[in-house]
Amino acid sequence: MQAQLDVQARRREGSPWTGVWAVVAKEMADHLSSVRMQMLELLIVVTASGTVYMAMNNIRSTISEDAFILLKLFTLSQDPVPAFAGLLAFLVPLVAIALAFDSVNGEFNRRTMSRVLAQPIYRDALLLGKFLAALFTLALVLMAIWLLIIGLGIFGLGIPPSISEVMRALWFWVASVLYGSVWIALALVFSVRFRQPATAALGALAVWLFFTVFWDMIVGVVTPLLSPVTYNTLEEVVKQAQVQLMISRISPNALYAEAMVALLQPTVRSLGIVLSSQLQGMLLGAPLPLAQSLLLIWPHLTALAAGAILLFAIAYVLFQRQEIRA
Amino acid sequence: MNENVIETKGLTKRYGDFVAVEDLNLSVRRGEVFGLLGPNGSGKTTTILMLLGLTEPTSGSVRVLGLDPARQPLSVKAHVGYMPEQVGFYDELTGRENLTYIAKLDGLSGREAQRRGSNLLRRLGLAEVADQPVGTYSHGMRQRLGVADVLIKRPQLIIMDEPTSGLDPERAREFLELILDLKAEGISILLSSHLLYQVQAVCDRVGLFQTGRMVLEGSVHDLAHQVLGSAYRVYLQADGPAQALAAALRDVPGVAAVHADGNRYELEADADLRAEAAEAVVKAGGRLLALDVQAPSLDDIYSRYFQQPQEAQEVEDASAA
Repeated sequence: MQAQLDVQARRREGSPWTGVWAVVAKEMADHLSSVRMQMLELLIVVTASGTVYMAMNNIRSTISEDAFILLKLFTLSQDPVPAFAGLLAFLVPLVAIALAFDSVNGEFNRRTMSRVLAQPIYRDALLLGKFLAALFTLALVLMAIWLLIIGLGIFGLGIPPSISEVMRALWFWVASVLYGSVWIALALVFSVRFRQPATAALGALAVWLFFTVFWDMIVGVVTPLLSPVTYNTLEEVVKQAQVQLMISRISPNALYAEAMVALLQPTVRSLGIVLSSQLQGMLLGAPLPLAQSLLLIWPHLTALAAGAILLFAIAYVLFQRQEIRA
Repeated sequence: MNENVIETKGLTKRYGDFVAVEDLNLSVRRGEVFGLLGPNGSGKTTTILMLLGLTEPTSGSVRVLGLDPARQPLSVKAHVGYMPEQVGFYDELTGRENLTYIAKLDGLSGREAQRRGSNLLRRLGLAEVADQPVGTYSHGMRQRLGVADVLIKRPQLIIMDEPTSGLDPERAREFLELILDLKAEGISILLSSHLLYQVQAVCDRVGLFQTGRMVLEGSVHDLAHQVLGSAYRVYLQADGPAQALAAALRDVPGVAAVHADGNRYELEADADLRAEAAEAVVKAGGRLLALDVQAPSLDDIYSRYFQQPQEAQEVEDASAA
């Protein structure tokens, strides 16, 4: 009985969701009207139109038949302009970090934190509201670009998209948002940890740079150490390739790149190494149904979501323990 | 109905080895204005944060409106307004938008938030600038917006941290009048300050903080008694036999000491004894030339206490005994 009373007394009152939507609405309004966001949107729209224009030139000049021409808008590149999907792997983290790097420390610096937390809401609501607002903003921006590209495609190529293409492109949007959520959560951690927004931004950008530039090098160095090939047997080579893949997949960039490939190139059937024995009876070049492609990258999407949740949990714990006084 | 809106017992907060607040027993009655006084870093803000449940006490208990802020933070914060030192606003939003956001966090509907916001902006003289970004506001306007921000939830208790710091004397006076208005509406107020003469004008009772301890508590008058002993100073100038005059003045009931300097006399008294002193001078055959009295001020109490902590400690011990 006493224990039950204790439990009752220890259980916290009310819902941690109180006020979340007020925070989300305010933060989203801030994001969408901020100069920072407008500049990033401009950047993305310019790159999107540029790459899509180049891709359309490329498509027009080829005469081969392709059932997924619309998806080619995302993936085709023409020197020196890279494919849009590749650019997105750079731009999404940039936008995500820009949305969140000053979310918590900014409240401290403006001295609004104590005023907001003196209202009947939990800290959870503030942190979650800020995360969701950044996520929704990112999703909104990506959706706008997505529509822009599809629209340009229909307008420029004169070919209506098939259902299957639209579905694949939509899943590509989902993957991009999940990828962005990892970087938002990362920037949130830094914004809780560091009081100076500049420090938080640089920290988050350093992590981004690390995974974009250095991770591949590290994978190249570490893999032979973990799984050396001494006798050059097939078994050893395969094992090394698998280890390499696993290590490289720690990086959200690698996960996103693989998800992108599987979604936008329906003919891709495997993301790892394929042995010739496995190729028997396979119709090379035939596209996979969407469900099969999704099956291929489902672990990737789950891993991205898990990464975002983990990072958010870290930010949450740090934030809950933080002293409010300036 | 609980008589005390704030009640703490043995409240202590430590940061590592540093003791921010030690064994604080504070009670604030419903409807009164209570002032927390003390130098910077004496534990006032930490106390306030613990009252709001924004910082967890190391030990001791807190009751605010009969609730435990650490366990029922939402109920406490729904009825307690908090105005931090140097209130911060979202500079790019207008005053109205800032208010509406806070009102929504309080759980008000959009329409109700708008209505209460407009009323408060008008009441605090901010109606004309309500739709300008807060970045363009003066310090005094921000402070008034801070009050509107606190009032929008219709609190029973308002806690203000250094509300008058940085205001020019005129603005500070207006602000103190506002505090008295709020008191008249039945709102209890706890405010912290290091500007004593201002606090003296509005506080029913005050508590003096020193390095994390509340060393004195009571009305300004009581404190004057405790610390200064005879807190009133009667100054008079009189011609006549100096010895006899001094003796006569010393015999006036309530006079603790007489300092003579030529034909000027300074009396330490425990009340305003101007009339009695004048009578004594006349009876002793003197001619009264001038008469003045100085009531005890918190400044005197404060400087006496903090300049001579040793002596004050003895006073406190004596009053406790």
